[in-house]
Amino acid sequence: MVMIAVLSCFVLAALAPRLHSLTGRQTGWLLALLPAAIFLYFASLIPLISSGETVRHAYQWLPSMAIQFSFLVDGLSLLFVLLISGIGFFILAYAGRYQEGHPALGRFFLFLLGFMGSMLGLVLSDNLISLFVFWELTTISSFMLIGFNHEDDDTRKKAHQGLMVTVFGGLALMTGFIMLGMAAGSFELSEILAGPSLTEHSLYLPMLGLILLGAFTKSAQTPFHFWLPNAMAAPTPVSAYLHSATMVKAGIYLLARLHPTLGGSASWLTILTLIGALTMLTGIILASRSTGIKRVLAYSTVMALGTLTMLLGLGTEKAALAAVTFLLAHALYKGALFMIAGILDHEAGVKDFRDVSGLRRLMPKTTLAAMLAALSLAGVIPLFGFIGKELLLEAVLSGSRWQLGLTIATVTANIFVVLVGALLALKPWFGKTITTPKAAHDPGPALLAGPLTLAALGLLFGLMPAIPADYLLRAAASAVYGEPVSGTLALWHGINLPLMLSVLSLSLGLLLYRFWTGWREHTIFIERLSQFGPEAGYNKLMQGLVSFSTWQTKTLQNGNLRHYLITTLATVVLLVGWAVLRLDKIALNIDFSGLQLQEVTVVGLLLITVLAAVTAKSFLVSVALIGALGFGVALIYVFFSAVDVGITQVLVETITVLLLVLVLYRLPEFRQLSSRANRARDATIALLSGGLITVLILLVTNASSMNSISSYFLEKSVSEGYGRNVVNVILVDFRALDTLGEIFVLALVAIGVYSMMHLRTGVLPVTNADKRHAVQKQREKSAKTGVKP
Amino acid sequence: MTSRFNMRSLILSTGATLLLPLLILFSLFLLLRGHNEPGGGFIGGLVAAAAISLKLFAEDYRAARTMLRVHPLQLVGVGLVLAAGASLPALFVGESFFTAQWWTLNLPILGSLKLSTPLIFDIGVYLGVVGSVLTVVFTLAEAEHS
Amino acid sequence: MTTLMAILIGCLYAAAIYMMLRRSVVKLVIGLILLSNGANLLIFTAAGLQRGVPPLIDKGQQMIAGAAADPLAQALILTAIVISFGVLAFAVVLIHRACEVVQTDDMNEMKGTD
Repeated sequence: MVMIAVLSCFVLAALAPRLHSLTGRQTGWLLALLPAAIFLYFASLIPLISSGETVRHAYQWLPSMAIQFSFLVDGLSLLFVLLISGIGFFILAYAGRYQEGHPALGRFFLFLLGFMGSMLGLVLSDNLISLFVFWELTTISSFMLIGFNHEDDDTRKKAHQGLMVTVFGGLALMTGFIMLGMAAGSFELSEILAGPSLTEHSLYLPMLGLILLGAFTKSAQTPFHFWLPNAMAAPTPVSAYLHSATMVKAGIYLLARLHPTLGGSASWLTILTLIGALTMLTGIILASRSTGIKRVLAYSTVMALGTLTMLLGLGTEKAALAAVTFLLAHALYKGALFMIAGILDHEAGVKDFRDVSGLRRLMPKTTLAAMLAALSLAGVIPLFGFIGKELLLEAVLSGSRWQLGLTIATVTANIFVVLVGALLALKPWFGKTITTPKAAHDPGPALLAGPLTLAALGLLFGLMPAIPADYLLRAAASAVYGEPVSGTLALWHGINLPLMLSVLSLSLGLLLYRFWTGWREHTIFIERLSQFGPEAGYNKLMQGLVSFSTWQTKTLQNGNLRHYLITTLATVVLLVGWAVLRLDKIALNIDFSGLQLQEVTVVGLLLITVLAAVTAKSFLVSVALIGALGFGVALIYVFFSAVDVGITQVLVETITVLLLVLVLYRLPEFRQLSSRANRARDATIALLSGGLITVLILLVTNASSMNSISSYFLEKSVSEGYGRNVVNVILVDFRALDTLGEIFVLALVAIGVYSMMHLRTGVLPVTNADKRHAVQKQREKSAKTGVKP
Repeated sequence: MTSRFNMRSLILSTGATLLLPLLILFSLFLLLRGHNEPGGGFIGGLVAAAAISLKLFAEDYRAARTMLRVHPLQLVGVGLVLAAGASLPALFVGESFFTAQWWTLNLPILGSLKLSTPLIFDIGVYLGVVGSVLTVVFTLAEAEHS
Repeated sequence: MTTLMAILIGCLYAAAIYMMLRRSVVKLVIGLILLSNGANLLIFTAAGLQRGVPPLIDKGQQMIAGAAADPLAQALILTAIVISFGVLAFAVVLIHRACEVVQTDDMNEMKGTD
């Protein structure tokens, strides 16, 4: 059933374009039925999971490599699955209306559903390898979705950036997974988690580093945070889904998932808390300076991801509970806010906070949803975000290290969070009404259902925190922590330090909101700093990569056969020659005894023929000499017991000469094309290579060789192959498959030759002169018409 | 325009006419005895191809092409089918792909005939080689001819 | 004899490589032929040279009594000869067409055309 849930997304994804052309306007709602069904199915598992059970299904995939499709449902994956399918339901309905009329809407649904399937597979996988496959699938579908409006150059660039960063992390992750699997002795997560902690393992640090690299790139942690705001080039439903609620949390999911096995060490604590805190501050400060609505939301998502990383770094029981609570709260309000940003764009045509004000009378329902969600973000009582923030402060205060530093960082971040929350809750809705590019009005249910429901859930969970806590969060936190977690959630903890800090940040944040414009002007230096930031580094790296590959292509892949040959041969001669010289004892098989006259004569003649063929001045002479050479070689075969080979050689040689005469006689006579120096260089390389071959043969034939398998063929030829010519029995019986391949090659040659000579259509003589001529003509033409070439 | 290689030598063309059947017969002989004595599909095929090329040189492209009746690429096709088909009978008797199968047919008067998949395979090789070599030679001669 | 063969093969390789490094495509073809001959002889020699013991079993015998030349190497070389003929035929026709189209046999000039 779990497997069907995952696969059905992919099946429906494949059908979506077709379906879209059938059902048109209502496709979004129709497709949304699938995530709804998935949501309901997994919701039915809640009682089982919240009682501490897990569900596991396995299907063999590559049994020989211990790779299987196995799925695990526990508290953590259940939380994610419900988020993915629940928000997915609203997103599909939303996208159907938001992107209405887009010519490639069917394709959009395909990618979106494909992403949903990948994401479900990712969080449900019990096998590291299949988890990795789904991980990469989310990367690819995300790339397709960011670059959905691919006619735009800038969008393509941004999609590319996201892909590069996450794929880079993905590679690291794969290596880390392989190490993890080797260290734990299993690729099944359930077995790894049941096993001992790996923090003492000798591979722990490299493994941790690589896995963290994967998780950090995916979850946009500093210094990789820059790709996430750029991913806002995607259509808004995508941003709402992938870049706030689901995909960027894949890294967080991974950290949470592996916390029981890899967490708890000093390096885990240090790296995660510090990077997390840094990301949190970077994200929220950049958010406070942005004016684009989606950009502010993106940076505040970076902040949330940093917070989650920091909490997972702390790794206490409280922190685990705080992390899953914060995660749920964030998914609810951020999904809603992104959809509201989309509504503002779609219904009012505004994308920037500076262009919008006083819409509350025109869009009352949207205003309500926006305020609920934004206040939850700001952590205002009695919304669910408040509980998340209180738990966060408690976890930081009771952390095992750097309580003071982390508390200051968290409170500072919170001040700005309040600013951002106020921006979202107040700026577009209150104050003087500005005329917007489109006549602003509340949208229909498809667009509004998502934000309203999610925001209302934020309020509901805030008022009745026991519902999420009992049914979902405690089980999820237990999976993160590795042991059953007992805490519960409450709206009111009495007047304590976290509450006071909340009040402090709230008032300071509101103060800051009053002076938002001034704050932005005074912090203009941050913009200047960004030219030294990681994004600039990324761009430099990419440019460097391009210029390096251009350089190396020009140098190595210059299209000149002789350069390739010289490079290859020189490398072979150097490496093999070096290896030969390093041998302890160079024992060459030099033995001139037992020579027979006819053999010496043939070899001598062959040597003369070779020399003559190289120095021949005319083509016909060369061909004649080549023929003579072939017959001489055939004689050698016959001398040394290879009758069949000798006959074949004679026949092939005959036909070869025939062929050469037939084709090449029309070619120009030999010319001296190379300079003397070039010829000397080539001769040196040729002689060195030839000498090396001679030395190698003398070495090899002297060494005691391994037993040849030929004795098998000699023994079995009559008894099993019923043939007395062993060579032929090998060709047509023992190794017949090889021979079959060979005559296929011959057939290919025949077809190739035939088509080269017969299919002459469209062949134009193209020389440099012709090309120049063509370019010249093109220029003249464009000069006439005034169109740039 | 006639081929530059058409030497129009009476001796050569008479010799070729006489030799050709003998050479083809010889190539078949080499093919069939290949399992026990020097010979086989490769060698037989090359001999046959060389013999037909001789016809080409002694007379002209048209004559050789007419004598062969079919296009050499068709020979290649038949050869490949025979050779690949020889891998299949083993599957029907439950042995693994390409295992040699031997059948003995008892014909009246002629005595017994040994038939086997390696023989079919070798005939396939023979046809493949004849076809490929002749395709190359004919194509080039044709280009010369036109 | 192996020593003598080793020298012969070395010379074949050297000559082949020298010819392949020339700018004329025709010389490249000649180099190719020399190289395939050299390679075949290399396999042949490496498998061991034996006089007068072809891998043919006498009628009525089950196997060869004494030593025999390596049949596997011979089978390999036999196919290699035919394959290199195929490659050669293809190369020759390709060059023929190329020369026809670009009107040169100098690879330096060929490289400048697309």
